[in-house]
Parts: sequence; C-alpha cells; structure tokens
Amino acid sequence: MGFFDSLKQRLAKTRNALAEKVESLLKFSARIDEDTLEELEEILITADLGVNATEKLISQLREKVKAEKIRSPEELKEALKNEIVKVFPDKKLDIVSPTIILVVGVNGVGKTTTIGKLAYKFKSEGKKVILAAADTFRAAAAEQLSVWGNRVGVDVIKHQEGADPAAVLYDAIQAGKARRADIIICDTAGRLHTKKNLMEELKKLYRVSEKEYKDAQIISLLVLDATTGQNAIAQARIFKEAVNISGLILTKMDGTAKGGVAVAVASELNLPVFFIGVGESLEDLQEFDPKAFVEAIF
Amino acid sequence: MAFEALTQKLEAVFKRLRGKGKLSEADVKQAMREIRLALLEADVNYKVVKDFIQKVTERAVGQEVMESLTPAQQVIKIVHDELIRLMGPKDTKINFSQSKVTTIMLVGLQGSGKTTTCGKLGLYLSKMGKRPLLVAADIYRPAAIKQLQVVGEKVGLPVFTMGGQDPVAISKAALEHALRFNNDVVIIDTAGRLHVDEELMQELINIKEAIKPDEFLLVVDSMTGQDAVNVAEAFHNRLQLTGLILTKLDGDSRGGAALSIKAVTGCPIKFVGMGEKLTDLEPFYPDRMASRILGMGDVLTLIEKATAAIDQEKARQLEEKIRRKEFTLEDFLEQIKQVRKMGSLDQIMSMIPGFSPQKLQGIEFDEKELVHIEAIINSMTKEERQNPSIINGSRRKRIAMGSGTSVQDVNRLLKQFEQTKKLMKQLSELEKGRKKGRFKLPFFNF
Ligand SMILES: Nc1nc2c(ncn2[C@@H]2O[C@H](COP(=O)(O)OP(=O)(O)OP(=O)(O)O)[C@@H](O)[C@H]2O)c(=O)[nH]1
Ligand SMILES: [Mg+2]
Repeated sequence: MGFFDSLKQRLAKTRNALAEKVESLLKFSARIDEDTLEELEEILITADLGVNATEKLISQLREKVKAEKIRSPEELKEALKNEIVKVFPDKKLDIVSPTIILVVGVNGVGKTTTIGKLAYKFKSEGKKVILAAADTFRAAAAEQLSVWGNRVGVDVIKHQEGADPAAVLYDAIQAGKARRADIIICDTAGRLHTKKNLMEELKKLYRVSEKEYKDAQIISLLVLDATTGQNAIAQARIFKEAVNISGLILTKMDGTAKGGVAVAVASELNLPVFFIGVGESLEDLQEFDPKAFVEAIF
Repeated sequence: MAFEALTQKLEAVFKRLRGKGKLSEADVKQAMREIRLALLEADVNYKVVKDFIQKVTERAVGQEVMESLTPAQQVIKIVHDELIRLMGPKDTKINFSQSKVTTIMLVGLQGSGKTTTCGKLGLYLSKMGKRPLLVAADIYRPAAIKQLQVVGEKVGLPVFTMGGQDPVAISKAALEHALRFNNDVVIIDTAGRLHVDEELMQELINIKEAIKPDEFLLVVDSMTGQDAVNVAEAFHNRLQLTGLILTKLDGDSRGGAALSIKAVTGCPIKFVGMGEKLTDLEPFYPDRMASRILGMGDVLTLIEKATAAIDQEKARQLEEKIRRKEFTLEDFLEQIKQVRKMGSLDQIMSMIPGFSPQKLQGIEFDEKELVHIEAIINSMTKEERQNPSIINGSRRKRIAMGSGTSVQDVNRLLKQFEQTKKLMKQLSELEKGRKKGRFKLPFFNF
C-alpha cells in the first residue's frame, strides 16, 4: 500500500461544506456586492474568529439582511457587529465569600500576572485574598507569584519546586479558613491541554477544592492569550471538560492581536469573557466590554 | 499533533477529486477552495494563504497527472512541494563567530517561551562541544532572572546576572565575562515585549548596536494566530532577525504560524520546541514539517531519534517476536524503557503516519507510571508475563499486593498492554505495504 493509498484510506469521510457556504454568501445579495462581503470576511478572519465562526456570523447576517432590508455596506457592518456582541453570554463574575478561584491555561498566557491583577482588584474592593502558588513545576514560578503578592500586599502560600500542587492548595485552604479569607486564588502551572496526565493533575486541584472547602464556591477561570489562533478553541473545550470553566480572561489585548478567537470560544462553549489584560502592571485589568471589543475588530 | 487537523482537511478535499489526464482548472479550483479554508483554519495568515493559493493554482492547472497518481494525489504533491518551498530551505546552523565569542539574542512577545528556549539552546550547543553562558537580561518580569538561574542549573550552564541594571550594560558585561571565563557562546534572554512597544523595541536596538549579535532569533509560539505576521514583520524590520524558533509544537496547534512567519520575514526557522523538558529542542526540517501537514508523519525524525536511542540487537529480537506474535509483558516493559529514551510516547507516535492523537488514548505513560508498570510486571510470575490471559482476579490481587499498587492499576496495565499489542499489529500491517526497507522504524522494526 503506497503512501497515497493509505492516505486516502485513513481519511475522514466528512466532507467540508464550508466552500459552498462561502459561495452562497457571495451570492446573497445583489446590492451588497462581493467586495463588501470579502472585506468583512477578511476582517473577521484576520481577527482570528476562524472560518467556522465567520461563516456562522455571515449566515446570521444573511437572515438579517432579508428580514430587515439592509441595503448599504455600512448598515451591514453595524448589523454584523451586533451579531458578534450577542455571541457573548451576559454573565458577570459573581464572588461570594468564600470563593476559590482556579486560574488555568496553557504555558505563558499570563496566568500569574493576571492573578496579581485580580488580587489587586479584589483587595481594593475590600476583600481578603490569599494566593496559592500551585505552579510547582516551572522554574521560579512561586517566586514570581510572591513578587505579585508583595506588590498587592496579600499572603502567598507556597511550597518548594517540585512539590505536590494539591498539597499547596490544601495548605492555602487551611490558611484561608484560619485567616478568614474571602478569596483564595490558585495559580497553576501552564500546561498544554493535550497532556493528559497534567490535565488529571488539574482535576485533582478541583477535587481538593471541593473536598477540603465544602462551603466555598469554586470558580475556574481560563486565561487565553489574545495572540492565540484557532487552537484556543481546543484549549477551552478541554479545560472546560476538566475543571468546569466558568469564564475567560483574555490577556495581551494591548498588542495588535484582536483576540477574535474568543468569539468562537464564546459561541461554541457558551463561555463569557470576564476580563481583559491590557498590560503588565497591577491596574492593567479591565472588565470585558463586548461592544468595545467588537469595535476594535473593525 | 500539530497540523493534524489541516492534514485531515486536505485529505478530505482530495478524496473528492476524480478522473484522469490533465488537471482541469475546475478540479484545481475546487481543491484550492478547500485548501484555502483549511489553511485559514490552521492559522496561516489571510494574505499568505492568498499568495499560496495563487502560486499552487498556477502550478497545478494543466499538469499531466502522473500514471501512478490520481488527480487528488497529484494536487497534494504540488501542495506539498509548495509548502516545503515556502518553509524552506532547511537552515539550522548557528552562525558561529570566527574571532570572538558568538552572541545569540532571543527576543519575542511575552510568554512565547524565550527563557526555556534559552536553556534548551544552551544545552543543545553544549552538547555540540560549546561552552555557553546564559545571560539574564529580562529585568522586568518578576522572578525572570531567578527562572533563568534555575534553568541554567538544570542544564549545568553558568548564568550571568546583574540584577535589574540596564540590559545594554548587562549584555556588554556578559560579553566581557564570557571572554574572561572562556565561554565561547553567549545566549541572551531578553524580556518579552510587544512589537508596538516603542521604548522596549528601542532597547533591543541598543543592545544590538552594543554587542552586534551573530544570531538574532525571534521566538514564536506555534499557537499564534493571524497576528504572527505583524509580530514577525515588526521585529524583523526593526532588528533584522537572522532566524526564528517555533515553540510549543508538542501541542495540537495546527501551526500555520510557521508558514506565515517564514513567508513575511524570509528568515529560516531554525529550531522547534517540542516539550517542557530542556532536551526538547529539535532542528526545524521544512520537508518533515510539510510531510506532517500532509499526514505522512514525521518519519525521518522518528528514525533519527530511534537510531540514537535504541539498542539494535534488542530491536531485532523484538521484531522477531512481533512477527511471531509472541510479544509479552516483558517485551512491553523493555520497549517502554527504550521508547522513553526517545521522548514521550505520544510525541513519538504522533510522528508515525496515519496516527492521530485520538488513537493514542489509553496508551500514555508518564515517568511515575513507568515505575508502577515496572513494579507490577516484576510482581508477576514468569508464566504470567509470557501469557497474560491467565491473570485472573485472584492473581491480579496478588500482583497488586506484591507491587504496592491497586488492582485497578494492574487492570489498567493489562489493558494498555493489549492496546499496544493491537496498535503494533496495525502498525506492522500499515508498514507491510510500504516499499521494503524504506521506512524502517528501528524501534519497532516491522
Ligand atoms: N503586554 C501584556 N503582557 C502580559 C499581559 N499579561 C501577562 N503578560 C506578560 O506575559 C508574560 C507571561 O505571563 P505569566 O503571567 O508569567 O504567564 P503564565 O501563564 O503564568 O506563564 P506560565 O506559568 O509560564 O505558564 C509575562 O511577561 C507577563 O508580563 C498583558 O495583558 N499584556
Ligand atoms: Mg505562571
């Protein structure tokens, strides 16, 4: 069996219907011409919304064009913006006391920095915060979190490099109970969602939270880097399965990337974006504003 | 596996093309429409895709379909060639300075993997007989210096630090330090920065002017989306990069950024990061990467790794056993040990053509598990190892007791063993058809 035969044989039968859909998109209105649509498509793709989300949005737009008799390219653009805004579930991060927040994500997305910012925000709101340095894997991760803890003025519970992350969280929970903390924020090691044993380790952190702090609300937040492309969808899907993600934080929005994959993630997994990161200092965390987000795409 | 999904898409596209003779314009157009979407899904930049499609279309239309191929196969070959061309030519050499200390600067966005790569590259070069010095010039991120120190210790290399002083001064002093202490390579870990951060980009220019690095390498996360072109272009325009390093390729990102950054900078992708371990740095091979895109698997890398790690005589014996279907738990243990020398099992399997990561479910091992497996197998009688089917409930209990594991652990191991056995049979069937001796995999040796 030659390479090409085996290639053929192994293959998924599912044929991709996208081509036709894009084609029909190009035909959908005589008044709104091909260039307009191609321009919109380019905008969405270039913002990392991905082929699927783009196609879905355009087909919704098509319905709207029919129903609301949209004529001009400007109206079309506005309608599209509205469609995108609607993709994001309108949920706010609801903190009750006590809460354990697990901050998770792949390597280097900005988890630790975001925890510093979150701690700062909660502390300014009068909450008592404890940080758990459960990234015991990456070199100097605990030191990094400690620096943030010092900057904000909150306690950091840490063990040595290589220690069991669950043990760190366990200690943080005990400390949280003893010191009557409102919020325990747990830093976790960056991990690719494809590494099964590391995802199991993460699940263990979730289980420890449930078991050791029955009164606490547990919230898992997934940190996504705005420069990430379509892989963010797989990340979100698998992290959600593992630790029941309640929402997203989109970091590095101060760069030129638009973070459009969050649209795909929100629509596919019904996950809200709670915050965006816009820099590297304590104040650089903002509430997510879907309208402003969408404006920045266009 | 990176590119896996793109591969599947392309493969799905070509299944649909039928007929013989010359590739008609209609055929090609239809294929290209799908390829375009697949590439976009793979995060290849919009404009790069446009360019690519145009070139491939031009090349493909009117081409005679070779006797041995279907039109689909013909198109895939053309796409494959063009992918290689776009990502090549292969260039994984570090430009060593003749007269002075070779200086390498690593730059990139925040979180792209510079510090880890610094350690990996240092280790890589020290294995080549160099004496690298790692330099901590990230004075901004909390504990970045400490991180590099820990990394340096792990790879057994010296780390030069000067606290939070000016990175230009640090770099200059590091060079002098290297001269004095007989280090012939200096690798500078710079702070992550946005390409639009004027002040910090200027800082890089200043370091560059001060020490005139021999290699100026941009470290790019392989999961990067459309923005990869903006980043690479900005860094390249300001700093004239000499090369790129692609990180986190051990995930399942489709890695379209590889095509994008190469296309916009023209700089060679020199290395790829394949994992969090400091040994997980590999040269970048455009042809292998293109092969991966098209589902041929990264057979060559596998062979290279396997030859380095595997005891040839043991491999030959194993081959015999598989052929005679006598593969036992003892062989299983031996094989796991050998495979571990090459990298993680899923990493290795993902390089084999026709294997998607999904097929690997249930046959993953980590280091701790390996110890368990060894203990479990050691607690079995010889008879049990030769013929696992006799291991009933009470035997399982005894084995669990003896190895300090649980019955579930024993069950899991036996299941993994069966799955591996099945997988190896499938693989050997897959291999059988191949031209004899062409893709021999030393570790399984089908
Ligand atoms: N420009 C910018 N940089 C950010 C932002 N958030 C984090 N960073 C930077 O991104 C880099 C990585 O951030 P970390 O917080 O260490 O990321 P992490 O996810 O904890 O990384 P690991 O623990 O190594 O997986 C650091 O240099 C941060 O300063 C942001 O919103 N904007
Ligand atoms: Mg971290």
